[in-house]
Amino acid sequence: MAPHDIRRPFKRAAISDQQKRRELSLQRQAQNRTEAQLQARRLASSILSFPNQNSDPQPLESVDLIPEPIVEEPKTDAGDISEIDIRQAARLKGSEARRWFASQLMLPEWMIDVPDRLNEDWYVFARPSGKRCFVVSSNGTTVSRLRNGSLLHRFPSALPSGAKTRDSSRSAQSYCILDCIFHELDQTYYVIDMVCWAGISFYECTAEFRFFWMNSKLVESGACEAPSTYHRYRFSLIPVYSCDHEGLQTAYAGAVSYVKDGLLFYNKHAHYQTGNTPLVLVWKDETCSQYVIDTDNKGQFPNQQQVVLELQDNGQLVTSDDPPVVLGCLNAYFIQETGLHSGNLVRFAVNDGGLTFVDGKLEKADLHYIGKVHRARAFADSYSKIVFQYMVRHSPLRIEHLFASMGTLSEQESNEVEMVG
Amino acid sequence: MQEPTLYKLIPAIPFCIHSFPQNSVYQKGKKVMALEVTQILLSAQSVDGSVRKHAEESLKQFQEQNLSGFLLSLSGELANDEKPVDSRKLAGLILKNALDAKEQHRRYELIQRWLSLDVGVKTQIKTYLLQTLTSSVYEARSTAAQVIAKVAGIELPQKQWPELIGSLLSNIHQVPVHVKQATLETLGYLCEEVSPDVVEQDHVNKILTAVVQGMNASEGSNDVRLAATRALYNALGFAQANFSNDMERDYIMRVVCEATLSQEVKIRQAAFECLVSISSSYYEKLGPYMQDIFNITAKAVKEDEEPVALQAIEFWSSICDEEIDILEEYGGDFSTAVSDVPCFYFIKQALPALVPMLLETLLKQEEDQDQDEGAWNLAMAGGTCLGLVARTVGNDIVPLVMPFIEENITKPDWRQREGATYAFGSILEGPSPNQLVPLVNVALNFMLTALTKDPNNHVKDTTAWTLGRIFEFLHGSTMETPIITSANCQQIITVLLQSMKDAPNVAEKSCGALYFLAQGFEDVGPSSPLTPFFQVIVQSLLAVTHREDAGESRLRTAAYETLNEVVRCSTDETIPMVLELVPIIMMELHNTLEKQKLSSDEREKQNELQGLLCGCMQVIIQKLAASDATKYSFMQYADQTMNLFLRVFACRSATVHEEAMLAIGALAYATGPDFAKYMPDFYKYLEMGLQNFEEYQVCAVTVGVVGDICRALEEKVLPWCDGIMTQLLKDLSSNQLHRSVKPPIFSCFGDISLAIGENFEKYLMYAMPMLQSAAELSSHTSGADDEMIEYTNLLRNGILEAYSGIFQGFKNSPKTQLLIPYAPHILQFLDLIYMEKDMDEMVMKTAIGVLGDLADTLGSNAGSLIQQSLSSKDFLNECLASDDHLIKESAEWAKMAISRAISV
Repeated sequence: MAPHDIRRPFKRAAISDQQKRRELSLQRQAQNRTEAQLQARRLASSILSFPNQNSDPQPLESVDLIPEPIVEEPKTDAGDISEIDIRQAARLKGSEARRWFASQLMLPEWMIDVPDRLNEDWYVFARPSGKRCFVVSSNGTTVSRLRNGSLLHRFPSALPSGAKTRDSSRSAQSYCILDCIFHELDQTYYVIDMVCWAGISFYECTAEFRFFWMNSKLVESGACEAPSTYHRYRFSLIPVYSCDHEGLQTAYAGAVSYVKDGLLFYNKHAHYQTGNTPLVLVWKDETCSQYVIDTDNKGQFPNQQQVVLELQDNGQLVTSDDPPVVLGCLNAYFIQETGLHSGNLVRFAVNDGGLTFVDGKLEKADLHYIGKVHRARAFADSYSKIVFQYMVRHSPLRIEHLFASMGTLSEQESNEVEMVG
Repeated sequence: MQEPTLYKLIPAIPFCIHSFPQNSVYQKGKKVMALEVTQILLSAQSVDGSVRKHAEESLKQFQEQNLSGFLLSLSGELANDEKPVDSRKLAGLILKNALDAKEQHRRYELIQRWLSLDVGVKTQIKTYLLQTLTSSVYEARSTAAQVIAKVAGIELPQKQWPELIGSLLSNIHQVPVHVKQATLETLGYLCEEVSPDVVEQDHVNKILTAVVQGMNASEGSNDVRLAATRALYNALGFAQANFSNDMERDYIMRVVCEATLSQEVKIRQAAFECLVSISSSYYEKLGPYMQDIFNITAKAVKEDEEPVALQAIEFWSSICDEEIDILEEYGGDFSTAVSDVPCFYFIKQALPALVPMLLETLLKQEEDQDQDEGAWNLAMAGGTCLGLVARTVGNDIVPLVMPFIEENITKPDWRQREGATYAFGSILEGPSPNQLVPLVNVALNFMLTALTKDPNNHVKDTTAWTLGRIFEFLHGSTMETPIITSANCQQIITVLLQSMKDAPNVAEKSCGALYFLAQGFEDVGPSSPLTPFFQVIVQSLLAVTHREDAGESRLRTAAYETLNEVVRCSTDETIPMVLELVPIIMMELHNTLEKQKLSSDEREKQNELQGLLCGCMQVIIQKLAASDATKYSFMQYADQTMNLFLRVFACRSATVHEEAMLAIGALAYATGPDFAKYMPDFYKYLEMGLQNFEEYQVCAVTVGVVGDICRALEEKVLPWCDGIMTQLLKDLSSNQLHRSVKPPIFSCFGDISLAIGENFEKYLMYAMPMLQSAAELSSHTSGADDEMIEYTNLLRNGILEAYSGIFQGFKNSPKTQLLIPYAPHILQFLDLIYMEKDMDEMVMKTAIGVLGDLADTLGSNAGSLIQQSLSSKDFLNECLASDDHLIKESAEWAKMAISRAISV
């Protein structure tokens, strides 16, 4: 047995630089992994793939009357923001931010028939009249962006990370994205939905959960308080009702602090989904909205209903829905003569022949060519909008129909049972 | 669904962190070779290379054709007193090597091979071995002793050879002294080979009795006493019960202390080795003996021969190690410690006598100790011990050392100046800055002058080292009063840069001092005092790397390491100069690759340089990639850099591969998705790295780089995933790969899944069972030692990171339902981790995160499963209440994901 070596390191640092390099590398990798995980946890499906503008067109809502500047986007660098998550998005600036936010709002379809189980599966509330926008707080500032992505306000707010002097202890990952309507009269942001709160994504949460969270968190944050130096605009919650007889009645006729513009219906189980969805519906009549019938460019009610459709390669005229609905067809000669190209948005008036439905499905439309649409317009009309506007002029879906649907449900079910017997 | 063809190659792979049975290579020989073994064994040691080679060939053939016959003839040869010593020794050596190997997997194979041998053959071999212990030839006995211990190491844990210890102990009482000596030597080796828990206490008692009796002064033979003393060194690990018994412990300690006074130097040395071992194994039992031990060691340090004196100093260093550990663990507060060893402050009590003893050794330097890598002498050991004492007692040491320094530091004899300087350098870690800073402020100017003006190389070496220690421990943003001010900064840097032109050993220490000087300015903010000197520092360091003699005293390495630290500590003001370094280092690397036809010695140096340059590039890239502006500026060099790295892989050196791999990881992080263009050329080296079982560090680093690449390429990594996954799965099932690489491989599964999302589908059927079996394996470690618990935590963290990545990767995919079948097991695993209670913070955080990820991805599909699990209640609540910010954050995420999953 040889003597045991007892030599110790002499005049040597405790760890070698090589070991240090290794450890720093591992540290960086571990940190990157953690960040990737966090990012994934906060990532929503709808954001994973940025909708390509060509393949996934979205309809414009018609409720906003104030003209919004629509910026032409250079398509060359469209890929740059295709894989952005919310956290990064909260920090986007300039045109990138505009492009990102322009595709992120959940857009309601128009209610053209009453959904089943309205009184069980749906919420209802009175939509404030104003500018639909995303409000993003991050890094000590708050920014609101209109539906097309353009900037509305930049201001300090009491939202988490919404102002420089507050919440200095909060991490950079703390940010919020709220779906709001800015109501000019009382200069208030009415929060209609919550997408992210304090860094946590709510995309895959049900509306039920989002509304619950929104109600507790927003008040807690102090954002609903009156404006102050570090809180320039007041935020306000909107009373949301279960869509039973009483809830619908209150939303429809009850007094609110804002000017109403129709009713919004949210399916309780629906996740926040970008683009248009049948799980959120808008409905209006003259009682609850000043803007039931579409106006034209000059703000006048046109004599005839106008629709905007997109021209396809094969001459078909389609809506912005996915899949698109075909409303008509232009022949090649006409296309050549008018100088139209595939992809153009074309405005038509609905002639006296109107829209013809068979078994609840649109079969024929009597359309009259008006002309090409101003290029600022990005999308064709959706099917539901065209039909709703048509119905408003001919046989509107009235509030009584909505109330009636609640009463008839059980009768229908019992009828079915009897038929079996 | 397409079946990934690659996987047909690997049917049912088991996960393996331990060695698993392999097919025995043992085959029964068909023909017995009549072989003159003696002659072949002698030929195998011939000076004639061709004769030797032929003999080795024959031995190999014999072994392959008839293992039993081979081992039998070797043991016969060893036992035969009529055979030459040389053939007997080699026979024993080959036998030993047939029973044990360094590599874990090879050792396992050999163990299995021995166990599967015919019982009759084994019995015959063992008889030969025991018989050899009685041989009159020392070499034969000694070799047999080692072989017996190897056999015992295999058989005792299997409850085989139960009569061994009994028959050895009966030898002790035999008359011939040489038999007694050989038997004690055998017992010593046996205690080294065998774990204490396979020897029953009765046998332990008898072994210890025999060994300690053999050590006793009444034992007439020095050979027996030496063998016994060396045997005790190994047997101390068996003596737990005996050290708890006052009478037995007193007896053992008395015999050991007496042995340190033996006439025979080897016995004294072996006895002090026992004391060193006792100081760490039985620290808490030492109190009553410390006064005696101090006297014995002081005498040895003063008068005895160097090997003995070195052991005596090591005893005190070892006590310091113990007390530093204890004090660090409890921060001096023992009220919270329940069952652990308290600090007895032996060093503090011995201080007034211990420090003068150590200071005296400092003046016994050897002439060229600073140039000799292997040197270890009294002055070095004493100085090292003094440094440990300072760390143990802190402020108390200062007044005891200062007079020595003041008296000697200006003396004409270089030994006195060097000794004084070394003493000052030694006490810079331990005492509080309040105590030291005033002293340093006085000494600094003196040191700077000495570094430039002292005529003696040793003094300058130690002075530069001391400056390095000053900057390491007393300079930095946390210090109240800065040592380095705007008034002296320029002077310090000028002196250090000047000194970097001195002899290699002095220049190396000056580089080290500059390293710590830069490090102290690391978090100084955007404007660093180093800024005005940045350029000249970088130029001076590059000049050092080009010195003709930079190969001596690891000067070149030190210069590059310092350059790395200077780069790491660069600020916004100086980062443009870091960018300018890129083409310079690239050119250096390019030059090393151009040199052809090198001798093996030159090639080794070349490889070392390439390793340093790759390391430097790695640091530069990581620094530049940390901010967007500099990252984009670096991108202009990315293609060329990558080309150089790829060329570096052509040389065969593990260190270079590791450094190049780390650099590529940093490059992947910097380039992001653009890294895809390098993959076609890089992939083969990636695969090579993942296959490098022998140099497992390379494999480990490569696994980390796979993670970097996944995050950089995201779904673009998909085309390479078949190959990568195949390799990773093979790695996991290998019993050759070092186990430390396996946890990161699991984490890497997570990285891959996160990158490629639902495309991970095709790997699920391989990855999931692997994860599951590893998870099960990790739960069978109850009663394990600290090391095993630590490994279990690492392994679990890896497994959990894999699950996290997989769940998040599949999130929102229509294929989510593929994961549902695995959910029950994963939840059980989480519950189990929670119930076992030995998880660390890292595992806790990852585990609760997995719960959230599972709920997030599976949603209502797993709602009821989650609600049934313990994790979703007690574990979650515990995490929510945690003080650890990261655990709490993960827990809040999990809570939200769960409430979402069960609300739907």
